[in-house]
Amino acid sequence: MNAIEVTGLRKSYGPIHAVRGIDLSISSGEIFALLGPNGAGKTTTVEILEGFRSRDGGQVSVLGFDPLKEGRAAREWRNRIGIVLQSTSDSGDLTVVETIDHFSGYYSNPRRVDEVIHAVGLDEKAGSLIRKLSGGQRRRLDVALGIVGNPELLFLDEPTTGFDPEARRAFWTLIENLRGNGTTILLTTHYLDEAEALADRVAVINNGQIIEISTPTELGGRSTSQALVTWREAGQIKTEATDSPTALVNKLTSIFNGEIPELTVTRPSLEDIYLRMIGKTHE
Amino acid sequence: MSKIPSAISLGIRRGGLEIRQFSRQRESVVFTLFFPVILLAIFGSVFKDTIAPGVTFSQYFAAGMIASGLVNTGFQALAITIPLERDFGALKRLRGTPMPASSYFIGKAILVTVSMVIQIFMLLGFGLLFFGLEMPTGADKWITFAWLVLLGSACSTALGIAFSIIPKSGRGASAVVSPIVIILQFFSGVFFIFTQLPPWMQQIAAIFPLKWLTQGMRSVFLPDSFAVQEIAKSWENERTFAVLLVWLIIGVFFSVRKFKWDRD
Repeated sequence: MNAIEVTGLRKSYGPIHAVRGIDLSISSGEIFALLGPNGAGKTTTVEILEGFRSRDGGQVSVLGFDPLKEGRAAREWRNRIGIVLQSTSDSGDLTVVETIDHFSGYYSNPRRVDEVIHAVGLDEKAGSLIRKLSGGQRRRLDVALGIVGNPELLFLDEPTTGFDPEARRAFWTLIENLRGNGTTILLTTHYLDEAEALADRVAVINNGQIIEISTPTELGGRSTSQALVTWREAGQIKTEATDSPTALVNKLTSIFNGEIPELTVTRPSLEDIYLRMIGKTHE
Repeated sequence: MSKIPSAISLGIRRGGLEIRQFSRQRESVVFTLFFPVILLAIFGSVFKDTIAPGVTFSQYFAAGMIASGLVNTGFQALAITIPLERDFGALKRLRGTPMPASSYFIGKAILVTVSMVIQIFMLLGFGLLFFGLEMPTGADKWITFAWLVLLGSACSTALGIAFSIIPKSGRGASAVVSPIVIILQFFSGVFFIFTQLPPWMQQIAAIFPLKWLTQGMRSVFLPDSFAVQEIAKSWENERTFAVLLVWLIIGVFFSVRKFKWDRD
């Protein structure tokens, strides 16, 4: 069964059509990334799936449940999902371990508190007050609170904003471990390398509609697009776009009779493809 | 899979957390617990007269301070701090968990009741030691005191949660809430003797719970001989009970139906 099933989702704020007919199927155990510029409808879509917002049209099923519903059944449903919101802060007067321990009490089958603290790399800060944490450490606490309930489905909204490169790598490892447990993850992110490293599939959303859903390597015809070969010849950098880079490199090898000076072979990055899709280019 | 925890047990957990969080905010603790004592010290030192045979102004004022303590600790504190929690995004995060709204409300009620009990102990102890405050005489007065504190805390909590819908931002909340409370205190006979206020003030005050809480507290702390000096020539405790109950129901209704977890 699919973890998330969306058909014809629509939502407007007054005259602004934030979401204009979105279809989405995310299977159980999948890591799915939603990419798109600010104002594209990402957050609205995710917040409808999380049960924070109503919708104007379309069908939504999240773990077999309509997020619009309230009451006892909604509590049972929330018991099975984890949500890491974009920006949250607290008064900060509790310690890391107190906060995680408290939230773990909301769920029927929580993960062990020390295990969660270790998973997000906050072991050394377990006894610190939240207000004494750095921005990146607070973000890791947010993630800890999202996973402490042992969710089947985890929503991650811009999870690594403000992380230094090392913390991001550590976070990616954490997500890989969750994948190992079979957790379904819906990720929204601004970082294309993050989507590429983590996601099984990505959807690009713009102007409230999905432009394409694909794997990171195939998005926008990336895997079949022409490769760019560059090298130095007679003091000048030469560039050639080709469908058969191997043949070109072979040819160059024989021309130079060995090592080709400053050779590179590149394909468009996910970022190049993405920017092209949403109608923008590198500055 | 085991069952999700009940709303009541989560409410008690929330109460413990709220108290722990509150106890670490030194400024709030000092303000909430010592402010009534400081006011009693000021008024008790300035007004040394007796307002009736055997009734000092301090005695009259202490009853009013306990009543307005209920409004400050519940209504005022919650109507200011809940919009702040909403601004932080802390409420939205709670909304995303299986914790029900009722548990959040129960937690707030526990916080208000516990800080009220501590506040009363301090006020009474301080009054007893330094201002010759006389304790209630007889079990019936203590029983009245107990239900006034419990019903008053519940009513004040519910109205504070309900009113938290109104301020648009956490920063502006204090500017909306504080004047209402201060005006109510003047109108309700906390700082002045109620019967000496102009009738129109008395009539406005009679709509709101603080006047009734204050009058109820007088029935606990003043001798019964003073009852004839009240407007109705009696303590009217049944009416106080009814008015508080109606306001409690109004507060719970709006809290449950209209509570806002998110800024927009």
